[in-house]
Amino acid sequence: MKLLIKNGRVVDPASKIDETLDILIDKGKIVDLKALINAEGAKTIDASRLVVAPGFIDLHVHLREPGQEVKETIQSGSMAAAKGGFTSICCMPNTNPVNDNRGVTEYILSEAKKRALVNVFPIAAITRGLQGTELTDMADLVEAGAVAFSDDGDPVQNSLVMRRALEYSQSLDTLIIDHCEDKNLSEEGVMHEGYYSYLFGLRGIPSSSEEVMVARDLILAEKTSARIHIAHLSVKGAIRFIQEAKEKKVRATTEVTPHHLLLTDAALETYDTNLKVNPPLRSKEDVQALVKAVKAGIVDIIVTDHAPHTPEEKDVEFDKAPFGINGLETAVSLILDRFVNKNIITLPRFIEMMSSTPAQILGRQDKGKICVGADADLTILNLHKEIVVDVHQFLSKSRNNPFHNWKLKGVPVMTIVGGKIVYPS
Amino acid sequence: MDANKIRRALHRMTTEIIERNRNLKNLVIVGIRTRGIYLGKRISKLIKELENIDIPVGVLDITLYRDDFSELETQHMVQKTEIDFSVKKKDILLVDDVLFTGRTIRAAMDSLFDLGRPQTIQLLVLIDRGHRELPIRADYVGRFLPTSRREMVQVKLKEIDGCDEVQITEPVEMK
Amino acid sequence: MEFNQKHLLGIQDLDATEIMTVLETAESFLEISIREVKKVPTLRGKTIINLFYEPSTRTRSSFELAAKRLSADIVNFNQQSSSVVKGETLKDTIRNLEAMNPDAIIVRHASSGAPRFIATFCRSHIINAGDGSHEHPTQALLDAFTIKQEKKIFQDLKVVIAGDILHSRVARSNIFCLRKLGAKITLVGPPSLLPLEFKKFGVEIDFNLEKAIEDADVIMMLRIQLERQAKNFFPSLREYTNLYGLDQKKFEKAKKKPIIMHPGPINRGVEISSEIADSVQSVILKQVENGVAVRMAVLYLLLGGKESEASD
Repeated sequence: MKLLIKNGRVVDPASKIDETLDILIDKGKIVDLKALINAEGAKTIDASRLVVAPGFIDLHVHLREPGQEVKETIQSGSMAAAKGGFTSICCMPNTNPVNDNRGVTEYILSEAKKRALVNVFPIAAITRGLQGTELTDMADLVEAGAVAFSDDGDPVQNSLVMRRALEYSQSLDTLIIDHCEDKNLSEEGVMHEGYYSYLFGLRGIPSSSEEVMVARDLILAEKTSARIHIAHLSVKGAIRFIQEAKEKKVRATTEVTPHHLLLTDAALETYDTNLKVNPPLRSKEDVQALVKAVKAGIVDIIVTDHAPHTPEEKDVEFDKAPFGINGLETAVSLILDRFVNKNIITLPRFIEMMSSTPAQILGRQDKGKICVGADADLTILNLHKEIVVDVHQFLSKSRNNPFHNWKLKGVPVMTIVGGKIVYPS
Repeated sequence: MDANKIRRALHRMTTEIIERNRNLKNLVIVGIRTRGIYLGKRISKLIKELENIDIPVGVLDITLYRDDFSELETQHMVQKTEIDFSVKKKDILLVDDVLFTGRTIRAAMDSLFDLGRPQTIQLLVLIDRGHRELPIRADYVGRFLPTSRREMVQVKLKEIDGCDEVQITEPVEMK
Repeated sequence: MEFNQKHLLGIQDLDATEIMTVLETAESFLEISIREVKKVPTLRGKTIINLFYEPSTRTRSSFELAAKRLSADIVNFNQQSSSVVKGETLKDTIRNLEAMNPDAIIVRHASSGAPRFIATFCRSHIINAGDGSHEHPTQALLDAFTIKQEKKIFQDLKVVIAGDILHSRVARSNIFCLRKLGAKITLVGPPSLLPLEFKKFGVEIDFNLEKAIEDADVIMMLRIQLERQAKNFFPSLREYTNLYGLDQKKFEKAKKKPIIMHPGPINRGVEISSEIADSVQSVILKQVENGVAVRMAVLYLLLGGKESEASD
């Protein structure tokens, strides 16, 4: 059956549209887009007073399947994504077994096809077993369906290995995503190194740990002309390297998470393990610099780095808790409330960071835009609706989200993937 | 009871003490914080005037020996017990301002026994207001003052209150 | 008298008045430790559990004696014990202990924040006997008590704390405590163990021990752990001792003949020479004696009296 979205404020930065339009969807594609569409027999959705955007794409999610299904599965993660307003998610390879061979990639894709509510794109490992020494069969993995490569959770510590990975990826025109951390400098740290880590008596992860690796990666990317994407940027000191690289036309992009834009290291006073994340929550200066970088376009996209853990794993003393924050169901509301509704970031810029740019980075011409022929992936937002975050109502299996009880204005109210309404169910 | 009556009572009790204690040299005075201390010192001075014998005075804080710890609304500040002589084999004159339920004296005796084994313990109080809850009695009493249980008896001494007097007050009725 | 705490998790939770209340109360308890019958019935019937995940002889036995002198019942649980080896989580261990209705649990743990974590789900009074690099409140209180005995007044007193500041919970608790009482603190150590950020705690920093102790009233030496050398915090113990060990020669530079303190156990010949440790200026053994009295005061103030609403 055809689907007609009427009267919505369609905002698509890729096509430079911001006006009230109707959208007609058939067989998973957008087939018509204009001010007034009459469609007999179509299911009609009234999107008056709502914003209709190209479906949001999250380039950084941990789905935990295969191997750790108790924390999250492809299915539960996709349900959380749909509720959070995401139509596509890219899942990181630090599963068990690691996604470093086509068997696991194909497994993920087939499970996603059977059970996922949203598009799931696997990111494969750069090195076998995430050990950081031997490259994976990248061409094979690209053919199997991997959209990018990353050892996320870990950096590629050895610079020679990273150089080889970048060189090789270039021939495939695929993307390397690096988790920038010098493990020697971070030395078992559990929070940002600074006044607060000294005050709380917790081992610190210095900013330099991220800065040196960002610099290294950008230098190698420049030398190899490869594409590089810096994962979860958190430090002020790395911003200038990225800006400089972009000015030199290095093919570098970067992402930031909502928690790194909203929370600082001072919050760790309570030793709440829901604030334990890697890279850690940084200082006020870092947060302010990141917000400026987002506004200036130095940061390209926003991701969640959704990292689900079971409540038991997080309900321990701080040192023992695993790193990670759950994020799919709060990200969009957080940015809408704290940045868009407060006029710090414009709505089109926000949507660009959530859909057009991620689609570009993935090289997907059919996504991240609203035009005839594009995939019918849409995110519909109500900028005025208010909610109170309740982690117990999450569709994700996990609850490790630090924004419980936050009052937020601005909510994704409907998510459409391939022409099907996947949220609300 | 006014300053004069207090003075006479102390005088009378001192002569009783001297009468009943053959070996005054073995006597030591232990005053219970807070006003027992000053009464004890006055008694010691009087004995010195009358018999020219020095009777040492020690200070006892019974907070740690109270039996009503878990009932107290607020904690009591613990202060020092200062008894720099041995109590072993001594005749102790325990001094307090008001004898009421007897629990303070019971606690005081427990505390003294933790310091050593006295030969005898005698009790001197300025006021005995009745309402004993334990089988405790004073050897020397300044004045018997019948009171109702609700009334409050307050002894004021020059050394810390600026004047000598005994006050009985009714608790304020809360509407 | 002011002490309205349910737990003692850190000096950061106390104000100057509460600290002084502990010190004043401890004076009364000192007397009990000297007399023949070293016991009072005050906490009779209370149950206290000593839960030590890190090895300790002096702090654990100090707490044990403190509890026993107050007539409380105390049970020791140390990390070699079978259930920890079997992999039981901290939370499960506490839950099991809590089922035995202890009035207080004294915890020493390698994770900073562990006592605070325990206090979120356990009904008993929680006393921090040292958590990771974070705080060791009773140590700071007994150190303050010892300083009060010798120096009487804290205001503008010059205190030097020297050693591995970065990893030291004793240093942190002492910094918080002495600052609240008005003392002026200088921290000394090699730069790798003394980040400049520490200045934000309201203290001075010096990398030269001799210079720092010139006008000191109190010198507090901290134990240096051998593991730090393995991680290149300093090149060798020999070099550390030459620069930061307190010996007679360096001590001559201290014009005011300050008292010397150490939380123990001392590494003779490393951070402190035998001469200095045994000198007449050293109050190290006094610290131990005071430790029992101060811990008695802490137990009394937390557990004596009605379980009032003032607690949480």
